[in-house]
Amino acid sequence: MSAHSENEHVIGYMPYITIWLTLIGLTILTVSISLFDFGTLTIIVAMIIAIIKSIFVINIFMHIKYDSKVFLGFIIAALVILLVCLVFTATDVFFR
Amino acid sequence: MNKSADASNYVSYLDYKGKHTGIWAWLLSTDHKRIGLMYLMGIIVFFTAGMTLGALLKTEMLTAGRTIMDPQTYNAVFTLHGIIMIFLVIIPGIPAAFGNFFLPIMIGAKDVSFPRLNLLSFWLYIIGGVLALSSLFLQGGPIDVGWSFYVPYAIRTNSNVSLALFAAFILGFSSILTGLNFVTTVHRLRAPGMTFFKMPLFIWALYSTAWIQVIATPVVGITIVLVILERMFGIGIFDPALGGDPILFQHLFWIYSHPAVYIMILPAMGVVSEIIPTFTKREIFGYKAIAYSSLSIAFIGYFVWAHHMFTSGMSDIARAVFSLFTFLVAIPSGVKVFNWVATMYKGSIDAKVPFLFVAMFIVLFSIGGLTGLVLGNLATDIHVHGTYFVVAHFHYVMFGGTVMILFAALHYWFPKMFGKMYNEKIAKFALVFIFIGFNTMYFTMFILGYQGMPRRYWDYLPEFHNLQFISAIGAFIMVTGFLILIFNLLHGLLKGPKAEQNPWGGVTLEWTVPSPPTIENFDEIPVIEHGPYHIYKEGQIK
Repeated sequence: MSAHSENEHVIGYMPYITIWLTLIGLTILTVSISLFDFGTLTIIVAMIIAIIKSIFVINIFMHIKYDSKVFLGFIIAALVILLVCLVFTATDVFFR
Repeated sequence: MNKSADASNYVSYLDYKGKHTGIWAWLLSTDHKRIGLMYLMGIIVFFTAGMTLGALLKTEMLTAGRTIMDPQTYNAVFTLHGIIMIFLVIIPGIPAAFGNFFLPIMIGAKDVSFPRLNLLSFWLYIIGGVLALSSLFLQGGPIDVGWSFYVPYAIRTNSNVSLALFAAFILGFSSILTGLNFVTTVHRLRAPGMTFFKMPLFIWALYSTAWIQVIATPVVGITIVLVILERMFGIGIFDPALGGDPILFQHLFWIYSHPAVYIMILPAMGVVSEIIPTFTKREIFGYKAIAYSSLSIAFIGYFVWAHHMFTSGMSDIARAVFSLFTFLVAIPSGVKVFNWVATMYKGSIDAKVPFLFVAMFIVLFSIGGLTGLVLGNLATDIHVHGTYFVVAHFHYVMFGGTVMILFAALHYWFPKMFGKMYNEKIAKFALVFIFIGFNTMYFTMFILGYQGMPRRYWDYLPEFHNLQFISAIGAFIMVTGFLILIFNLLHGLLKGPKAEQNPWGGVTLEWTVPSPPTIENFDEIPVIEHGPYHIYKEGQIK
């Protein structure tokens, strides 16, 4: 069991609303920058914004920041597998 | 260890009266054992349907040209045979039926972590199955794309592909929810004293499988949604005519579907690791090696998917990388096979029906595994790709592997699940039919494939006639064996003698509870002090 009690991590409404507004802001940013041509960097810029959004959602909305580290480990393991899948697919797409 | 329930208080889960009555006491039950049994019934019904379709395919191949069906019907029948057998029988097979029933009991728990989610998972399975089958009867006709839904044909055909894809999407959810439930149950509900390395090896296999279900299944879900969107709106992700990449579909499909092969086989390997110690009366050889090999197979299994695509036109670098990783899977698989055989060495072998199934599994799976090396090798794969050789290899590992062990598990745990016993002589008689029929049917297909007979063809050249005929006869012998086997089990269920609590001398926790178990499995949660097969080491059971 986690040593943390739930009472220690009661979060008020404000952080949730702030994060929600931040996510909306980042979504607007994603749509806005799609109007500019960054060439090959387009997908990288879009992915960076998406990663920032995911970090907010995972840490705050999913409570991972306050929970046992084993859950963080599970998420990282899944992401590593996803990353390897992307790299392996790239060995085909970029060398075809 | 837990003692048997007091006879006066004993009410089995089959007789238990909850808040629902009649059929609803089953359909709305959240008891893991009842859900496991419902899955088992569904799986056997779908298996019988899939087997019938398979028999029709082999009947068609008895002669060149038309025997009983036209080419379009043949396409539909092999597609449906594949979809039923893959998505409705062998993927849910052992985890959903036996995992649900035995996982909580074998770790000393009263149920899974989320019983209601478990019931939802079952109903998603049924809804997915009904949708898949209903595509047969609706306008547009049965789908004709093969179970792998390859684009661009899956985008262009007018058959009911979207409905079948949607069915697979729903079945994927069922699989994910079961996986989530099992991971959580193993982490949270183990009995006091049961550390990870004191868990039975079947639980290790289910745990590894559950992780694959949770991580890999969403990929196929997304891929399915993309194909449906492509069919409806022509968005051009996979369709080359719209600038899409059909090989990308193959990548996404196999990123799930190759790990899915391990979803199918790992639980079967777990069952083998339970049956062998019981019937040789020996502690399993290399417990930790087998446990780690399950995790390694699950992990490496993620990185070999493109060996299904060596002739698709992908890059040479990718082909070399995936070929190398494919060979690596042979290492943990070999670890398992050698440990099983080493466990049998000098064991006091009691060749009961479940053990005979396992012995058959080791032979068939080894043939399937070794012919996999031919397919994993880039040069030889070019020659046999897309031929009967692949079909034979696949059936040796999946049918000779997973399905045989599904029936091994059924014969092993039948007395525990139903409190009844089947006729062992008839079961052994059926096994002889199955073994002879299986090898006559599929080994012939290795030769046909090597000689150049393409898979999924409705017709064949005259020189293939003799072997095609022999293969079809093998199919009929095997089907006869399965019919005898299923009839024998049904007869045992209805009229069989009462089974003892521990007919085989098993030492894992399920054998310490009555047959059939009570609704909460244990009167008192057991405290675990030793590893699962420890008692054999001490020589307490001869």
